Amino acid sequence: MEGFDDNAEIVKEFLVESYENLDQLDQHLITLEQNPEDQNMLASIFRTIHTIKGTCGFLGFSKLERLAHVGENLLSKLRDGELQLDGDRASALLRMIDAIRSILGRIENDGSEGDEEYRELVDLLETLQAPAPRRRSTRKSSSKKRATSTRARGRKQAKSETSPPAQPTAKGSDSNDGQASGTVENAGELLLRSGTIKPEDLDLAIQKQAAGDPRHIGEILVEMGKITGEDVKRVLLQQAAQRGGSLAESTIRVDVNHLDELMNLVGELVLARNQILQFTSRLTDSAFLATTQRLNLITTELQGGVMKTRMQPIGTIWNKFPRVIRDLGRHCSKEVKIRMEGKETELDKTIIEAIRDPLTHLIRNSVDHGIECPQARVAAGKPAEGTVTLRAYHEGGQVNIEISDDGAGIDGERLKGKALEKGICTAEQLAAMNERELQNLIFMAGFSTAEQVTNVSGRGVGMDVVKTNIEKIGGSIDLISARGVGTTFKIKIPLTLAIIPALIVTTAGDRYAIPQLSLLELVRLEPGQEGQRIETIDGVPVYRLRERLLPLVYLDRELGLAAEPAGPSGDGPTNIVVLQAEQAVFGLVVDEINDTEEIVVKPLSKQLKEIDRFAGATIMGDGTVALILDVAGLASHAGVLRGESGGAVASEDSETDSRDEERQTLLIFSIGEGRRMAMPLSLVARLEEVEAAAIEAAGGREVIQYRGEIMPLVRLDQVFGVSDGRQEGRPEHVVVYSRCGRAVGLVVEQILDIVEESLEIETEQITGVGLLGSAVVQGKITDLLDVDGAIQHALPGFFEESESRRQEAVGERS
Amino acid sequence: MNESQRYCTFEVEDLFLGVEVSTVQEVIRHQQMTRIPLAPRAVEGLINLRGKIVTAVDLRTRMQLGPRPEGSLPMNVVVHNGEGTVSLLVDRIGDVIEVEPATVDAPPPTLQGRARELIRGVYKLDDRLLLILDVGKAAAVGCADAVAS
Repeated sequence: MEGFDDNAEIVKEFLVESYENLDQLDQHLITLEQNPEDQNMLASIFRTIHTIKGTCGFLGFSKLERLAHVGENLLSKLRDGELQLDGDRASALLRMIDAIRSILGRIENDGSEGDEEYRELVDLLETLQAPAPRRRSTRKSSSKKRATSTRARGRKQAKSETSPPAQPTAKGSDSNDGQASGTVENAGELLLRSGTIKPEDLDLAIQKQAAGDPRHIGEILVEMGKITGEDVKRVLLQQAAQRGGSLAESTIRVDVNHLDELMNLVGELVLARNQILQFTSRLTDSAFLATTQRLNLITTELQGGVMKTRMQPIGTIWNKFPRVIRDLGRHCSKEVKIRMEGKETELDKTIIEAIRDPLTHLIRNSVDHGIECPQARVAAGKPAEGTVTLRAYHEGGQVNIEISDDGAGIDGERLKGKALEKGICTAEQLAAMNERELQNLIFMAGFSTAEQVTNVSGRGVGMDVVKTNIEKIGGSIDLISARGVGTTFKIKIPLTLAIIPALIVTTAGDRYAIPQLSLLELVRLEPGQEGQRIETIDGVPVYRLRERLLPLVYLDRELGLAAEPAGPSGDGPTNIVVLQAEQAVFGLVVDEINDTEEIVVKPLSKQLKEIDRFAGATIMGDGTVALILDVAGLASHAGVLRGESGGAVASEDSETDSRDEERQTLLIFSIGEGRRMAMPLSLVARLEEVEAAAIEAAGGREVIQYRGEIMPLVRLDQVFGVSDGRQEGRPEHVVVYSRCGRAVGLVVEQILDIVEESLEIETEQITGVGLLGSAVVQGKITDLLDVDGAIQHALPGFFEESESRRQEAVGERS
Repeated sequence: MNESQRYCTFEVEDLFLGVEVSTVQEVIRHQQMTRIPLAPRAVEGLINLRGKIVTAVDLRTRMQLGPRPEGSLPMNVVVHNGEGTVSLLVDRIGDVIEVEPATVDAPPPTLQGRARELIRGVYKLDDRLLLILDVGKAAAVGCADAVAS
């Protein structure tokens, strides 16, 4: 095989491309099965198989080629309307795709096609080509015309070929024939056109093949000295370019390892940047400060950029699901269709990989346990065909994924029986549970309600594994189910794992990082202040946070750094970090709250993996190492999550908290001249402090660079015509509000508090735009900000832009 | 082949120990360390080795020897075993020495305690005995050794 040394490279490209094509094929076939009239889809499937066949013929994978060939023949008959795509044919074609995939797997592993002959599958595909006595499509003539014209092109350059290429209509053309035609059509034509070979050479090669030479055309030509390995490579690239069209020019393939390395380096850079930023507080050289500022911005942008390269649309894993659902539906004799929304939602590659199995499991679960059999559905007044809906969308720096089915829902009573039987809970515990808690039982280890263990799910890998896996990547899973209506699983996961925002706290002289994902709020108790103290219930410290009891956990005691008893410390201020772990809310008492920082998460070594109170470690700005707290681990050790006691109550509290619509959580801030304003906390994306130097001007507006985007600033003091008491050079307090993917920064004088109030709004006193009214909050008159109104006033046209963006987004989706 | 007969040597209390040169990444002076609450006792802390976080295991604790005398700082011998990089804290660093393969012996059966588990063999040098440390075992600190439990 002289001259074919760089074959490996070509084969690799062929594999990558074929895998991608196959993934699409699954999808397309299922679409086609539902809508057999879709000629475009059929043509696209045909093309894909044809391409695979052609390329593997060229590379000498004869087994693969034969398989693709029979598939292609069947497809061509379908395309010409001779046959109709039915369930059996679709299944056979899907099986063929599986077979191709497994052969490709072999080729990837050891370069051979493996020993499996797929004789039976080939036979099946051939049998299915027999024209069934079914109705013939009326589209036949037109599509046939197109088919012949494609063929004509193929024939032109292979005119001297002794036997004509496999006619789509010709029955059972033998595989040797097809091999030649597939190869010549693609590669031969290109070689001829570029003048690399003469028609005689091609003829000769074809004759050799016809005379029984088992090798493929490319090889023969190389051996004849007519072309070189380089030519082969070029031709394959040309083919790829033709197939991929303009896409090939604007994208390149990059090895994921390179991206990982790049990501690591960016992590290092972020650390170095943090270290340099620490110097800025000590040095006053203005050139240095300016350079640092630039370095800071560039690093942030680079970080975002590299992160983007690792982003993949969630569709890459979803594409497998229609097939999963189809096969499963057939297996369980259920009719199920799948709907997908937000396929383009992007996630870090490592996360995509990590959620693949949990999602698959949930989907299988939905079909197996969720959707009822058609008779039962009809009896319940539902359409016979069940629907599984996948939704994905970004929200607040996280990705939400929902998997809903319109099946029977989860039967809490049945779960009860199961839990008792399996000894997971006691009868008293169960009696105290509400429906929601009962439903959450399915996440407990050792729980499986399938009446009998089916082939599909209930193989011991339960929902607890799904939950663990999702929590492992910092996500959470929740469940909403209504009897007879359906079940929805809600998964929240972070966008990326490598670099996360974290709160840095100090306890017992050491710094610890707390992922901001779990952070709800910070409370600082000054000694001697009215109504602000820590109380104890039988020695257990609690704090009244807005009339709710917040269990307190002392970090130093949790980590074994301080003696156990010691009641609430008397003298100094107390810092409470309010955290959410799963459903429970608790306060973590630390010595000092330092700062928020973007940290690079590094895993702990094996010796420390078992300490589940730590999620990892990171390197701080000054080069020292800090441990990252695992909030869930801390909570469970501190007993906050204990189902029967504090945890359940706390979780209920937090539930009512978020559901209670009459009471609103408000952010209170001042804008100058002592004016207090409030806005619903739900509208606040983030609170930021912005250095005055970071504020730039664009289009006559003040803007800052925020998370890789330009964010306009609105000074509320200007909107409401008050002069603020701000000092020059002080950092600005910015409330980030985002709507339809665009963020605006509202500049306020000071953030005062977050309160929960049921409001009685006085609307008579409205004095201008941007106000909803006034109310008494914490005993003081507070204006309620009409956020949209104020922004509209300050940035006319902002919402039109975002509105049009939104419409685009909606348009894309529908 | 020759590589495995060269040993990087160091001392812990009165023990003269060696590890194969090929497993040693570097030897560095004492580093600032972050203590890890709840960690196994032999795990001294985490050090920042040029952006990499490395766990430091104190060989004194690991071999159940007494505490290091006041005021003396340990050295870091950074080694990688199959599973990752670990820093071994030792008292003093010695030379890299080459040994005759023939002079190796099994540890004496009378050697007891933790040291026995961690020592793979003994080289009889002219003036003293060189104990060969099993890096993998020395680094394998489980929670069985955790504090108080």
